Amino acid sequence: MTVIEVRNLRKAYGDTVAVRDVSFTVEAGEIFGILGPNGAGKTTTVECISGLRAADGGTIRVLGRDPGDRSLRNDVGVQLQESGLPDKLTVREALDLYSSFYAEPADWRALTRELGLGEKLKTSYAKLSGGQKQRLSIALALIGSPKIAILDELTTGLDPQARRDTWDLIEGVRASGVTIVLVTHFMEEAERLCDRLAVIDRGQVVALDTPAGLIAGMDTEQRIRFRPSAPIDDALLRARPEVREVHRHGSQIEVVGTGNLLHAVTSVLAVNEIIAADLRIEQASLDDAFVQLTGRSVKE
Amino acid sequence: MRVFTKLTLTELKLFLRDPISSFFVLFFPTILVIILGSIPSFREPSADLGGRRVIDLYVSIAVVLTLAMVAIQVAPAVLATYRERGVLRRLATTPVSPLKLLGAQLAMFGIAAVVSTALVLAVGRIAFDVKLASQFGGFVLAFLLTTAGALAIGLFVAAVVPTGKAGNSVGTILFFPLMFFAGLWTPREVMPDVLQRIADFTPLGAGQRALGDAMTGSWPNLLSATVLVGYVAVFGFFAVRSFRWS
Repeated sequence: MTVIEVRNLRKAYGDTVAVRDVSFTVEAGEIFGILGPNGAGKTTTVECISGLRAADGGTIRVLGRDPGDRSLRNDVGVQLQESGLPDKLTVREALDLYSSFYAEPADWRALTRELGLGEKLKTSYAKLSGGQKQRLSIALALIGSPKIAILDELTTGLDPQARRDTWDLIEGVRASGVTIVLVTHFMEEAERLCDRLAVIDRGQVVALDTPAGLIAGMDTEQRIRFRPSAPIDDALLRARPEVREVHRHGSQIEVVGTGNLLHAVTSVLAVNEIIAADLRIEQASLDDAFVQLTGRSVKE
Repeated sequence: MRVFTKLTLTELKLFLRDPISSFFVLFFPTILVIILGSIPSFREPSADLGGRRVIDLYVSIAVVLTLAMVAIQVAPAVLATYRERGVLRRLATTPVSPLKLLGAQLAMFGIAAVVSTALVLAVGRIAFDVKLASQFGGFVLAFLLTTAGALAIGLFVAAVVPTGKAGNSVGTILFFPLMFFAGLWTPREVMPDVLQRIADFTPLGAGQRALGDAMTGSWPNLLSATVLVGYVAVFGFFAVRSFRWS
């Protein structure tokens, strides 16, 4: 079942076109990723879906309704960047207040236990760490028992441990039946969490697939590094069609190629009775797929 | 309504947790009355003031001071901080309209202003025998008009400043001249004519005059009432037009 449908979305701020042409659908129960470099139009896209901004063109349907329909606020929980709370509001007060906004709020005490905020109920917002603020923000997005949760850059600014904890949490939320739209520019996060991904660049969807599909779909280049047990002539390796380049780094050999490169290399070695020590295979990652799709690294 | 009450109570709690703001709004005007009332000559009727005492004048000035603290010092800082921090943005994603939060804040400011004013009037009456407004309806009207005029200016400042800090600074910069014309340092009655004429056209000067009128038993004069309504209309219009949620 489709819960979000975005068709030819377009949004400009003055002369700056933030979203040129974005279309995708999100199915019930999945974690759908929106991946792209900074300024690609990810946040604008989810702001339009959340009803915070009106689109200039195209159509958006969320649970069959227009995003401007205020009744959707009960069904869609949103965690946006740059949305805070008053400094002196405590965690308990924030949860209690926000749960009063919804028709059928979740049990916020259970939510705080799951989110590891149980000890922090009396702490004021200003005194929470970045990770705790982020978790509170997630709690507030989930407090209305939403059918869809939209989470924008939820692990930005978190340390690696807190980021991994947050990922576990998101998987838990999905397991409870909530559809999740996750905006991110972390490849690892997208690869780990998302069932499907839309890669957005310069306001357009440049790819839409599963993380594995994106990686498999590219002209993948692999690298194999090893230390041969006996000298070997580069030409023997180069003779194989899978091998494109052979480099030497001291006693180490690096073979670059495509297709079933590992098989090609190991068979050459076996024929010559050479053993490969310290064998390392570098496979393409989502990072590489991303660079190939957008022509730039996500960090740029 | 349940949500509105909850929001208002939350805003009140947050206000009370800010010790500096809540002290200046709730107690400073009363302390001013106590200090001035402790000066013996200020409790003597003065021929220059038409037989009234200095302390009689300062009770209405302290009421205006309360409103200035709430509307011009505190409100812009709080509202601009809410926008800057994305509190309004977050609220916009929930079933509750951010307008409700603004309403709750106005209610909170109103409650704080009424409590502080009641304290000023009570201390003035009990400690220094300052008569309560003999024209009570006029006093309420003058109070409402002055509150609305000052809040319109405060909301306009909140709408145009980029940050909470800037809101605080602009509020403070406005506070001193506006309170000067409201007679905080020199009551209107002893100002030179030119300054009196200028004061009549400033929001807090007009407010103080209208409140003073009511204290002495008459309805607010037409000029002060018109000036206040003008400030509400002009600044209210521009505040609404320039307000941004995020």
